Amino acid sequence: MQRWILSKRNQVMLISGILIAAAFIGKVGFKSEAVFSWGLIIASILGLVPIAIQAYQALKVKVVSIDVLVTIAVSGAFIIRNFEESAIVTFLFLFGAFLEQRTLNKTRSAIKELIEMAPESAFKLKENGEFEEVDVDEVEVGDILLVKTGAKIPVDGKVISGEGYVNEASITGESVPVGKKVESGVYAGTILENGTIKIVANRVGEDTTFGRIIELVEEAQDSKSEAERFIDRFSKYYTPAVLVLAFIVWLFLQDIELAITILVLGCPGALVIGVPVSNVAGIGNGARNGVLLKGSEVIQDFSKVDAVVFDKTGTLTIGNPKVADMESYTNDTDEALSYLASVERESDHPLAKAVVEYIGDTKQYHVENTDVIKGGGIVAQIDGRRVAVGNVALMEKENIILNQKARDDIDRFERKGNSLVLTAIDGELQLLMGIRDQIRPRVKEDLQRLKKLGVKNLIVLSGDNQGTVDLVAEELGLTEAHGNMLPEDKSAYIDKLQKDGQIVAFVGDGVNDSPSLALADIGIAMGGGTDVAIETSDVVLMNSDFSRLPHALGLTKATAANMLQNIIIAVGVVLVLLTAVFFSQWMNMSIGMLVHEASILIVILNGMRLLRYRLSNN
Amino acid sequence: MKNAIIQLEPLTCPSCVQKIEGAIKSLDGVDKDSAKILFNSSKVKLDFDSDKISIEDIENAITALGYQVLKSKVKAR
Repeated sequence: MQRWILSKRNQVMLISGILIAAAFIGKVGFKSEAVFSWGLIIASILGLVPIAIQAYQALKVKVVSIDVLVTIAVSGAFIIRNFEESAIVTFLFLFGAFLEQRTLNKTRSAIKELIEMAPESAFKLKENGEFEEVDVDEVEVGDILLVKTGAKIPVDGKVISGEGYVNEASITGESVPVGKKVESGVYAGTILENGTIKIVANRVGEDTTFGRIIELVEEAQDSKSEAERFIDRFSKYYTPAVLVLAFIVWLFLQDIELAITILVLGCPGALVIGVPVSNVAGIGNGARNGVLLKGSEVIQDFSKVDAVVFDKTGTLTIGNPKVADMESYTNDTDEALSYLASVERESDHPLAKAVVEYIGDTKQYHVENTDVIKGGGIVAQIDGRRVAVGNVALMEKENIILNQKARDDIDRFERKGNSLVLTAIDGELQLLMGIRDQIRPRVKEDLQRLKKLGVKNLIVLSGDNQGTVDLVAEELGLTEAHGNMLPEDKSAYIDKLQKDGQIVAFVGDGVNDSPSLALADIGIAMGGGTDVAIETSDVVLMNSDFSRLPHALGLTKATAANMLQNIIIAVGVVLVLLTAVFFSQWMNMSIGMLVHEASILIVILNGMRLLRYRLSNN
Repeated sequence: MKNAIIQLEPLTCPSCVQKIEGAIKSLDGVDKDSAKILFNSSKVKLDFDSDKISIEDIENAITALGYQVLKSKVKAR
């Protein structure tokens, strides 16, 4: 019964609204006091029922909710025969709740869109050899699934037969379809645009990359900053306090009218809802635009950022370096190249990949005792000969003599912005390679926009030599550039900035700079949806799209400002109402309820503006 | 201990959160520290002892307050 009444709240609201209108028409049009009174009495009782039920349920679990305040206030008005007030207040309260629901759903729409992209069913291979459609929850790791053209891929897995093109926009933000064939990895939530494939499930449900993104966003939209937790605690005691205040007024001033007005005015609605609304709309905007923000604490911190520190490779640059220059210091260049390729083949360092790609097909040697020197390179044995591959620091460590020509070449290569790979065999320098990376297009403009948004320091830290880093810094207009940095040097540098009192954001690809990502106040990962990036960072830029960064910063600033506006509106309204009730003649319960409900709607509508936020170009 | 994620109809008033929280934490067998009500995603997350209480009992406690349960997922911890 209670449930049925609650489910008919909107109808109750409508009828009570009609009754109130009829009552006033009766009074003005037909001069009938009876119609007026009875219309309002029925509207009051009808409207109070669902509110009272909610109040009762709240009290049952020991919560003094707004419903309790309103129920007492309306009952009080009813007892002193002020039916006009009791009817209008109940109607406004119900109508307000109705509008809140509508508008709140709007603010949540962006995130809902994301969640609705989750796959729901899958065609699973049964024991009888047939594929049968099942709920996606029933798919387990190791199951074989059939995906047809136009369908969503239900799990993370690997293609075992067939081929096709997959739109991976939901994971990477990139909408150009990616070709998939046997052995290719596929991701849940992506769409097979053409072809038919069979896949084996590797990760299902919440463990898939898409599942994690959703969980992250869901947690983020409900995460609370310190300020919000304070408001929550505050409101827990606030409503009971209002109740006590009203009781005291009634007891000592014997003024029921004033006491029940206080009950209505004291409702904390806008204060409690204002900040979550800004939060959900801001995070929703981000999710729509390829920026994952992990919660309102992140929004607060990022909006106040002083320094943004960038990793160079893969962040400011495309991260796909190529060999641009080479010098040989030996007669047998081919042999040296084969040695080099054999050693580098074992490494997945980006420079090593560039070297292997450059050398191409060559003789392969058996490599032994490979020793990776962090921040230096690799030392290994081939046919009993000692092969050292790495930077200048490694050569010095290996006591390899660099003659004047080599030194001049190194200088020249560095000035061009190359990273250096030197190869020495048995203590003799053989090869020098200069490897360069392309700066991402339009990074310069994006950095300018960050500056305009108030970031004071733009700093690049890199493991590359100082020459390369300076060159990049100069070209992009960065404030500081530091080269020759190991991962631990980077985090030490961030620590130093923080000790100077700066709020520091670190932007990296999340592969080898997770310490810095974790240490910085805001860790920003340029991840094509990689797991590491999602786990360790506070902000993820989908599809490694650098241009999302200014949007992310602008959005957090707008969201933080929006929260502040909402708090000011909410507190301001309560203060004005409370002052008015004691010092003015015009304030009564109905006006109080109207202003109160209006303030809730205003904060929701204000929050909704964030959904449309876009960073202007100038 | 089992972990449950209960999806509710969209929550619209913040005092709903307080109410549901109050109701759930008063149930015997529900781990009070784990119970979390997510306002925006309208979800309840909690750990419970399946020997003491069933997921249906928890769902009923919520529906008794007037909030519809759309879907719940239970996983072993």
